[in-house]
Amino acid sequence: MISVSDLSKNYGDVQAVNNISFSIRKGEITGLLGPNGAGKSTTLRMLTCYLKPTSGKVCVGDYLSDENPNEVRSIIGYLPESAPIYGDMIVYDYLNYVAKIRGVRDKKRIKEMASLCGLTEMMHKNVSDLSKGFKQRVGLAHAMIADPEILILDEPTSGLDPNQIIEIRKLIREIGKEKTVILSTHILSEVEATCDRVIIIDKGKIVADNSTSELKASQGNESRISVKVANTDFDTLKEELRNISGVIDVIKTEDDNLTGATIITAADNEVRPDIFRRISDKGWILYEMLKESRSLENVFRELTRGESNE
Amino acid sequence: MSSQIIESVNSKLKNPLTIMKKELMSYYTTPIAYIVISVFLVVTGWFFFSTFFLFNQAELREFFKLLPFVFSFVIPAVTMRLFSEEKNTGSFEILMTLPLSLGDVVTGKLLAGIVFIISMLLPTIAYVISMIIVGSPDLGPVFGGYFGAILLGGAYASIGIFSSSLTRNQIISFIIGLVLCLILTLVDKFLFFLPSSALGFAQYLSADYHFKNFTRGIIDSRDIIYFLSVMAIGIIGTVQILEERR
Repeated sequence: MISVSDLSKNYGDVQAVNNISFSIRKGEITGLLGPNGAGKSTTLRMLTCYLKPTSGKVCVGDYLSDENPNEVRSIIGYLPESAPIYGDMIVYDYLNYVAKIRGVRDKKRIKEMASLCGLTEMMHKNVSDLSKGFKQRVGLAHAMIADPEILILDEPTSGLDPNQIIEIRKLIREIGKEKTVILSTHILSEVEATCDRVIIIDKGKIVADNSTSELKASQGNESRISVKVANTDFDTLKEELRNISGVIDVIKTEDDNLTGATIITAADNEVRPDIFRRISDKGWILYEMLKESRSLENVFRELTRGESNE
Repeated sequence: MSSQIIESVNSKLKNPLTIMKKELMSYYTTPIAYIVISVFLVVTGWFFFSTFFLFNQAELREFFKLLPFVFSFVIPAVTMRLFSEEKNTGSFEILMTLPLSLGDVVTGKLLAGIVFIISMLLPTIAYVISMIIVGSPDLGPVFGGYFGAILLGGAYASIGIFSSSLTRNQIISFIIGLVLCLILTLVDKFLFFLPSSALGFAQYLSADYHFKNFTRGIIDSRDIIYFLSVMAIGIIGTVQILEERR
């Protein structure tokens, strides 16, 4: 559905996007993940023909973006970052205007979109009087009004309250069953909750491109267990825990009253029963033991940190 | 066949007209429109009536004489926001990702400007009516003058839109537009600085010179072509600038 090859964008001397390539199949929900300033928005802006790439090609559907920009634009529904919508229009007029340009003849569609995005009560308010969350919803309605093949959402849930976030994620999942969705975010749980696939970008380069579940599984060959113990000091604790087979290292963690430690072990080694037994045999009290799950968060931190150390 | 032609013209004009309607809606829901119209009417009304009874002639000459100068100030103020505001608030990104060509967008905004200028000129019909009451004016120059005023307004609006596409700051956009319009208005007033060979050229560039012909009641295709070319250059220049900065 979308294929991007060797795409780069320079702003003066700054290289915002550096030679990235990926392709997205129909019906996939893809998350574009990266820290602030990684080049997410720039990439999406090139996909939607707002920015011209410095080099490289974008192919959307059957069209090349530099040859048929209007055909590309007409199959993409796009929500820019922070939904910059005309403030001096009322919501209904605005949706009507977009519907007209996108060739939607059925006026019922506007009402449908309004109720889908929870805007029915707001139709006669000025956009500038809306709260950020409602403005974001107008932006979503605007993107979906012509029922486009591809939906590109730049930080769709920013500024929404937790209930709305859950609603919008549900909506995106719903749409993603039939349509191709690309969303950008720097919130990791969002990708975990909504996306089938994740592309991690850092400093304009792709550092990972995989399905969400694979990415979570593939990374790392060690796991971390954090413990909090009373009645002992760190050095004694470390001495004791180092003797367990499979433990690679024990690192001190700060805690006000208790002795905290993070135990690094080989991934396939279950050492928690040993840890518990040794601590209780010594007469120490175990307050907390937690195995850190390898969430996307860790993967993300490792990938983006690794880049910056180079 | 003819219905096909109408159909294709319709589909070509559909997007510019949608943009035009949207822009007009913005014009008349903000106070700027009414302020600009009031200022325009106060200024032209003052210049018109302050000399109206001196000459003992029923004509709009004084009104039209100053119009290019007044328009140089008023029209950049009307058009300054057309692209600057979009760029400043970011709505430009939405506009550029809708299936519209840049030509459609610029044309739509120019049309909105022209309709606005017509609505600004409409109250001045009162001058014509008061003239008819006190005397028997020659209506040829009046009609010619209004026709020319719309063309002049369109030309200046296209310049204003061009300068609006250059910057996200409305004040800067206004000043650039003002300077460009003043140059077109005054270029033939400084002829004594120029070598005689450049005289005709400078005169041809002058919007004031071409507009004067209309106010004499002469509708010459050369003058119409002049104003239409300024509009076309304004549109093409704006499209170029916007395309360049993508």
